[in-house]
Amino acid sequence: MPDLLLELFSEEIPARMQAKAADDLRRMVTDKLVAEGLVYEGAKAFATPRRLALTVHGIPARQPDLKTERRGPKVGAPDAAVQGFLKATGLKSLDEAKIQRDPKGDFYIGLIEKPGRDAIDVLAEILPVIIRTFPWPKSMRWGARSGKPGSLSWVRPLHAITATFGLETEEPDVVKFSVDGIESGQTTYGHRFMAPSAISVRRFEDYEAKLLAAKVVLDPERRKDAILTDAKQLAFAQGFELVEDQNLLDEVAGLVEWPVVLMGSFEQEFLATPGEVIRATIRNNQKCFVVSDPKSTDKTGKLANKFILVANIEATDGGKTIIAGNERVIRARLSDAKFFYETDLKTKLEDRLPKFEQIVFHEKLGTQAERIKRIERLAAEIAPLVGADVAKATRAAHLAKADLLTEVVGEFPEVQGLMGKYYALAQGEDASVAAACEEHYKPQGPADRVPTDPVSVAVALADKLDTLVGFWAIDEKPTGSKDPYALRRAALGVIRLIAENALRLSLMKVAASALAGLSMKSADGQKLPSDLLAFFADRLKVQLREQGARHDLVDAVFALGGQDDLLLIVRRVEALGKFLDSDDGKNLLAGTKRASNILSIEEKKDKRTFEGAPDAALYSLGEEKALAKAIGEVKAEASAAVAKEDFAAAISAMAKLRPPVDAFFDKVRVNDDDPKVRENRLKLLNEIRSATRAVADFSKIQD
Amino acid sequence: MDASLPAHMRPERSFQGFILALQRFWAEQGCVILQPYDMEMGAGTFHPATTLRALGPKPWNAAYVQPSRRPKDGRYGENPNRMQHYYQFQVIMKPSPPNLQELYLKSLAAIGIDSAVHDIRFVEDDWESPTLGAWGLGWECWCDGMEVSQFTYFQQVAGFECAPVAGELTYGLERLAMYVQGVDRVYDLNFNGREGDAKVTYGDVFLQAEREYSKHNFEVADTAMLFEQFKMAEAACKKYLDAGWREGGNSKQHLMALPAYDQCIKASHVFNLLDARGVISVTERQSYILRVRELAKACGEAWIHTEAGGAA
Repeated sequence: MPDLLLELFSEEIPARMQAKAADDLRRMVTDKLVAEGLVYEGAKAFATPRRLALTVHGIPARQPDLKTERRGPKVGAPDAAVQGFLKATGLKSLDEAKIQRDPKGDFYIGLIEKPGRDAIDVLAEILPVIIRTFPWPKSMRWGARSGKPGSLSWVRPLHAITATFGLETEEPDVVKFSVDGIESGQTTYGHRFMAPSAISVRRFEDYEAKLLAAKVVLDPERRKDAILTDAKQLAFAQGFELVEDQNLLDEVAGLVEWPVVLMGSFEQEFLATPGEVIRATIRNNQKCFVVSDPKSTDKTGKLANKFILVANIEATDGGKTIIAGNERVIRARLSDAKFFYETDLKTKLEDRLPKFEQIVFHEKLGTQAERIKRIERLAAEIAPLVGADVAKATRAAHLAKADLLTEVVGEFPEVQGLMGKYYALAQGEDASVAAACEEHYKPQGPADRVPTDPVSVAVALADKLDTLVGFWAIDEKPTGSKDPYALRRAALGVIRLIAENALRLSLMKVAASALAGLSMKSADGQKLPSDLLAFFADRLKVQLREQGARHDLVDAVFALGGQDDLLLIVRRVEALGKFLDSDDGKNLLAGTKRASNILSIEEKKDKRTFEGAPDAALYSLGEEKALAKAIGEVKAEASAAVAKEDFAAAISAMAKLRPPVDAFFDKVRVNDDDPKVRENRLKLLNEIRSATRAVADFSKIQD
Repeated sequence: MDASLPAHMRPERSFQGFILALQRFWAEQGCVILQPYDMEMGAGTFHPATTLRALGPKPWNAAYVQPSRRPKDGRYGENPNRMQHYYQFQVIMKPSPPNLQELYLKSLAAIGIDSAVHDIRFVEDDWESPTLGAWGLGWECWCDGMEVSQFTYFQQVAGFECAPVAGELTYGLERLAMYVQGVDRVYDLNFNGREGDAKVTYGDVFLQAEREYSKHNFEVADTAMLFEQFKMAEAACKKYLDAGWREGGNSKQHLMALPAYDQCIKASHVFNLLDARGVISVTERQSYILRVRELAKACGEAWIHTEAGGAA
């Protein structure tokens, strides 16, 4: 079966858009083919800075013929209806129609045969539509045609379209179409500088080979492999190691059609600047890799005074000029960075703080200075709860944001926190205080490390809770996909800080305290902490679901009310989850649910509840008595265990309920004829429900 | 490069030779070679030959040097490459020709940058000017890792769609010349290409000015006067715009788009000076930018109702 080759040749496509564009092109073309009844065997798309390419192989040469029946008017219908039917079906006369009988009478049926079209014609129709409607994140108009309405929009000017279709064994045909004056053909171009001439291509195999000969590596994966291999090799040959960087590799591979990896160096003296700053400078501004020196003794992964650049050309001088040029720029950049760093060191962190009085954190939440004061106060309150020294936590909160005003962080926002740590150490702060300057931002996401130093933990919690309570107070909560202040991430951070450090604290109390620190008064200070607690419950569910745990158990625990100690909640959920995996657990859950169901039916019927202790005098059957006794024992045992926070013990106590519950349902008729006995039995059922509430509200557990 | 040039005129030897080579190259591409606009502005884009001429249907090809004033970038002459006054070389071609990238690469060859030994790249950089209500897509052009030019296809200027689209090139002249001459400090650039006693450097021409203007921009510029000037320029711009409209038959015409736009340029520069003096707060800053943008938009509206702006 024939194959399609499509190439869209343009001016330089932004690196960050290439992968998705290739994928969109493949998806759009193949979806459309399938919709047209052309089921293909395989497809693959590629991107370079100057082209998107797609190969689809095994496309049938023709669409299948389509036969459809169309029901017409009744036999004997007025002529207008008959004429309309003939026109719609293309039949010459009623003789060509069948007659079909159904309960309403005899009807004409027209058989319409739509012969399949040649795939190449279908392609000529669908490709221009796909090009015109291509979903670039940002597109533009250009040239003389942009003066007229309806001109083509593309990511950058589109220059040529190659589209061929045919069998491997034959000379393929051009899929003929034109888009905004660009005619499809079979001519493309090689590397911009090394092989700029036109190339005539037939099909994917020779296309890829000819491009390679014209210094274009079509497949981005191949470019990445080549860059990585060469870069490692180059570093290794000099006794260094490449500092790998996947995002940078992806980007760099999107900036070159013919990667040439070269190594340059910079002055040793720049290494006095922190490695992260050197790396940020070289990476962000120059899109070059850094290398580390494994021989270096002072720190692991210390950088070497080398960098690796990826050029797009095999220069006639072997790359000497290119290396020299890059070295010049990197030298200038590093001397800026070094200057920034040294300038920063001249000012103590606390001396920067007054400037925060001028900087608004949020219109309704005051200045950064006010926010820092709130975090200090809250960190001091949290410190004893997490085992941190109050003075250190206060000091760390005082200094933690100061690096935002340094030159280095102004230039490279991604080293915020980290620079705070360096500057804190340089001015002789306590190691925990310095660490907290960096770590209070953590964890940044589900994969980020959770700090363990109590000082860091106190400041991290204070920072996140101040943010959460503040935005809650001004009603800027996340909605749907919108979470501009990253409040979900902050809440997850709080959960992980507490759970992974096994911290015991009442979220409601801390939230109320954070709220009290806000100068503005929230409309309902009462409701806020519980609203926020519900948000934490949601985040906890998401977190547990992602870990493969049962998030419905979170609901069952929160439904008990008054639960705001995240660590205990997590432990209850864990114990409950384990119990429900056992047979005892499953049966007890079933029994409890059965009791609940009966109760809710009868409660509805009688329009009353059956709270209160059952009357022992009304028990007539052994199973009743046994159940009542078991409930009494289990309640006592379970609540004692819960009081000791031993949820496993509470649960195993509860497991003892299973046999009497099973026996009760087996032998006892709840709806006894004697209304007093009935009421008493319903009260007993209610007792089962209340006994299990020592651990969770079983009715909230999904089956 | 033209081999017949005397040594002191070669682009790799002299800053002025470098500018002349670019002018000559673009003159040969059919551009009118303009002289700098006689007002202070932050970038070559503000020149009416770009901002206003980018609007409307009429073809327009021009190139010129524009001194650019960025009061905040002053460093008292102590930074090797940051200045409050520097030169931009600006090319605008409307509609953008299909081979604009090739022309750009040839222009680099004309100033001594050979694409066989240099690594020249087009790296994504979308351009936006909030004060001009303008945006476009394009690249920063890199030569061996250094950004040497800005390449933009204007999509919108002064809030109006560009139809057709103009292509704009901006060369950072000092930076490019430093690279070609192989000097690390802008003040060491050879300005006139001569040697010995006859040599004039960029520092000879501009170092004193950098020191004086840095002091002026950061310490002394009369802010009370500048606040007043901003208001006056804003008011004058609106006044000239109002006075310029003429109803003629079915079509509206404008007769004073250019004088009005001068006041917009003025307001923008005054704002930059106030900003450098640090007397505009973060929140006020945004509102000043919006005020200038409103002027720019109104001037664009007036321009498209003038003859050069395409009104019949």
